[in-house]
Amino acid sequence: MDSHKDQTGKISTDIAAPEPTSKKDDGAGGFILLFFILGFLASLAIGWIVFPKLLYSQKKQPFDFSHVVHMEAVDDGCESCHFFRDDGSFAGVPKLEQCIDCHEDAQGESEDEAVFVNEYVAKEKEVPWLIYSKQPDCVFFSHVAHVKMGEMECSECHGNIGKSEHLKPYEENRLTGVSRDIWGKNIAGFKKNTWDRMKMDDCSECHVKKNVKQASVQTKKGGCFVCHK
Amino acid sequence: MKIDRRSFLSLIVGGAAGTALSPLPWKMMDDSAIWTQNWPWTPIPEVGEVTIVNSVCSLCAGGCGISVKKVDNRVVKIEGNPDSLVNKGGICSLGLAGSQLLYGHTRIKGPMKRVGKRGENKWENISWDDALKEVAEKLGTLRSKGKTSTVGAILSRDKGTIHGLFEKFLTAYGSANLMYMPSMSDAYNMSTHFMNGVQGLTGFDLENSDFILSLGSGLLDGWGSPVRMFKANSIWKENKTMVIQVEPRLSNTAAKADKWLPIKPGTETAIALGCANVIINESLFNKDFVENYSFGFEDWTDDYGNAHKGFKNLVLEEFSPEKVSKITGISEIDILHTARQFARASRPLALCGQGQGSAPGALNLYMAVHALNALTGSINTKGGVWTLPEPNYINWPELKVDAVASAGLSAGRIDGAGSSAYPHSKSLLSKLPEIINSAKESPLQALIVCEANPLYSLPGTETVQKAFDKIPFIVSLSSYMDETALNADIILPNHIYLERYEDISAPSGLQIPFIGLTKPVVEPLYNTKHAGDTIIALGKALGGSIAESLPWDNYQECIETVLADQWEVLTEKGFLADLNYSPPAWNKAFETPSSRFEFFASAIYDANNRDKEFVPLFTPVKPEGDAASFPLTLVTYESMRLANGFIGDPPFVMKTISDTVLKKNLSCVEINPVTAGKIGLVNGNQALLSTPQGSVKVEICLSEGIMPGLVALPRGLGHESNDEYLAGKGVNFNQLVNPLSDPVTGMDMAWGIMAKLNKV
Repeated sequence: MDSHKDQTGKISTDIAAPEPTSKKDDGAGGFILLFFILGFLASLAIGWIVFPKLLYSQKKQPFDFSHVVHMEAVDDGCESCHFFRDDGSFAGVPKLEQCIDCHEDAQGESEDEAVFVNEYVAKEKEVPWLIYSKQPDCVFFSHVAHVKMGEMECSECHGNIGKSEHLKPYEENRLTGVSRDIWGKNIAGFKKNTWDRMKMDDCSECHVKKNVKQASVQTKKGGCFVCHK
Repeated sequence: MKIDRRSFLSLIVGGAAGTALSPLPWKMMDDSAIWTQNWPWTPIPEVGEVTIVNSVCSLCAGGCGISVKKVDNRVVKIEGNPDSLVNKGGICSLGLAGSQLLYGHTRIKGPMKRVGKRGENKWENISWDDALKEVAEKLGTLRSKGKTSTVGAILSRDKGTIHGLFEKFLTAYGSANLMYMPSMSDAYNMSTHFMNGVQGLTGFDLENSDFILSLGSGLLDGWGSPVRMFKANSIWKENKTMVIQVEPRLSNTAAKADKWLPIKPGTETAIALGCANVIINESLFNKDFVENYSFGFEDWTDDYGNAHKGFKNLVLEEFSPEKVSKITGISEIDILHTARQFARASRPLALCGQGQGSAPGALNLYMAVHALNALTGSINTKGGVWTLPEPNYINWPELKVDAVASAGLSAGRIDGAGSSAYPHSKSLLSKLPEIINSAKESPLQALIVCEANPLYSLPGTETVQKAFDKIPFIVSLSSYMDETALNADIILPNHIYLERYEDISAPSGLQIPFIGLTKPVVEPLYNTKHAGDTIIALGKALGGSIAESLPWDNYQECIETVLADQWEVLTEKGFLADLNYSPPAWNKAFETPSSRFEFFASAIYDANNRDKEFVPLFTPVKPEGDAASFPLTLVTYESMRLANGFIGDPPFVMKTISDTVLKKNLSCVEINPVTAGKIGLVNGNQALLSTPQGSVKVEICLSEGIMPGLVALPRGLGHESNDEYLAGKGVNFNQLVNPLSDPVTGMDMAWGIMAKLNKV
């Protein structure tokens, strides 16, 4: 037992015994701290940088599309193509049927236009667009309640997509299959704009702010089933 | 300085601290919650434009209007069409499960040719051109040999353009052998023919009746147009209409009736005549109708001087409540009460047709019931039984019949319908198997079957199978691999009812003339062909007068041409109905030789052959088998949860069958505890049920709701087709019975068979 050999005799209690030990382990203590910091920094790097890259796969849209060009060509803004049906349901991404009105023949000479006309219009095949704002199946969302009754702007949730010239890559969560835009680009979930995230907290934030009725009309209890049917 | 265990622990602690301060755990928690909802078996609703297509269901004879809900191009739900006059928004479980018939796994996806033995289910896919060519060649060869009369076809319906096309095709080809699946409508229409003298349809003004006497009809178990019957029942409840159900078993109909009178099976005719006895005896009959508009009620003498006893005296002599009580097992007091209540009701109506009416039954029952209705004047009156004209809305062009065809047609029908033995019958499919089996060479050399499953649905499965084995060439137009398709040589699959146009006329028992239009709800999913197109293509391939008789390019052109102006109305409105139809009044209603309602059917009377003298009397139909070897009597019952037509239960409907009907893969046989006790059987025992026709393993299900001495099995189970949800479950009642021919109509009048149960 080293501690007993070094004893001077003045202090003979067991309590004083660790002192020389700590002296000898100073170097190991440095390693402990170093390793702690290493582990800490590595996991931060993994959590903040590597994890998001692993979690999301990048997918390309079938071909590029410019909202700017289309916004210039239409009279009615977003609703020109993303319209409400007669029954109040929202049509979402336009079907080939609507595109064909103008794109029966190629408009312009871009490569993307050629892909569209040859691969889809000519073959009467729907374009398999990847929808950035598609919510998981557990969510029921009514556009008409928000846009018509709530008089919200499209951009409040969807941002300035109407001003985009290109389609960004679609990032799909490998685990859930849901678009990255729902959780938001920021992996920590921080947001600057209302359209940066589309999670339930973001819905409630606005609902609370606008004092939307929080209970179900039928049961007068919590309104889970309003959105999760 | 050295790196030791504590350094690594420190690394882990540091890592844990760093991870906790990174988004990873929090994001993973959220994602894993969403991940758990992504199982492949979780149904995901379609997203898209919702549209509704109104059409008419053709899965049974009911003719219900349906509203098919689609999301984009996918059918997601089938509901009853509220605008339909037939079902007024209601729908049955089979109709509701129609989307499984569309998207189900048992569809036949294109024409196929048998490569293995019959029934072995080995096929090769062939092109439509090759398939049609092969069938046309076969038919062409038979025609060139002058054997056109050896070709036949079996359909489920005897009306509409598809039936018409088959008829034109076969007639121009040279065959009179167009048959259809039998049903109670045949017997009803025949009794109307004999007693009213009218060749037409029979309808029932059920909703306006205030007293219903049902002699074994499963009014709430699929009789007539099933959903209409449910709606009518609601009206009866509201109007306090009395419903008396007379049958040996506590069916759903009996359970929901105001009164259930258990009766010995097969004696329903006697109870009708017993009621007639009381009504006549107590002078409760409608004197105006009987005295001024009927014939054969009193004794009479014909032109040859033969004396005939009238209905009145025959019934008074033979069917006193005392005698009838002995025959039927119903107490005298019940007979007296029922008869008096019936006669005193303002708008009484008696009905018959066992269960769903899928077997016609004995003519004397229908005539006795019709006579009972006549006694109270419930013929062509509000709440009574109505005659409707035969639908006549199709303008067929003139047929071209060449010499070969004329020769074939003059050979008559193989099934004996219209022959001197059964001159009034139009089709006698249940007699066909025996005729084929008793011949050395099958009189039927080629058979086309469309939307019918005779190998499953006809009584005497073994006999039917033997007959089919003898037919050298069988073509099935089935959309599914049913028993008949499985035994075919070539399958030319039809579009299903959600993929095609077809006119559906005269829903069973409806009291107004009605034509509905089945419309394509979706584009055909597979490489199938409309049966109409198949027939037209075969006609073209055969050429000559056959092609000339079917001058259209396709069925679409055909239906538009032959329906003329009505096509537009049908496509726009979905149906054509004569809402103001009222049947002819008594002074104009009867086209019999006497121009009156005939209790004595002169139409069948032959002065030289007095045996055929026909007044509705009760002649017991003895079930097959001797009581010594087979001490029990087996009867069948039908249920809304068991489809037993050309379509079997889809998986959704199979799930609705209770474990008192099907337990695991065994059919449950209903038996009274007293009877079971005598044989030493208890609930849940497995037993061997034997009849003279065969034996099957069943499970014993004790029920106080069945008369002692009887056992009951449901129809609709025991399929052998290629469908794991349906096949191998329970037994097919038809394999335990054999048809018995009615002496006048030739139609099957068997109501059961003797049986025994042995514990296994």
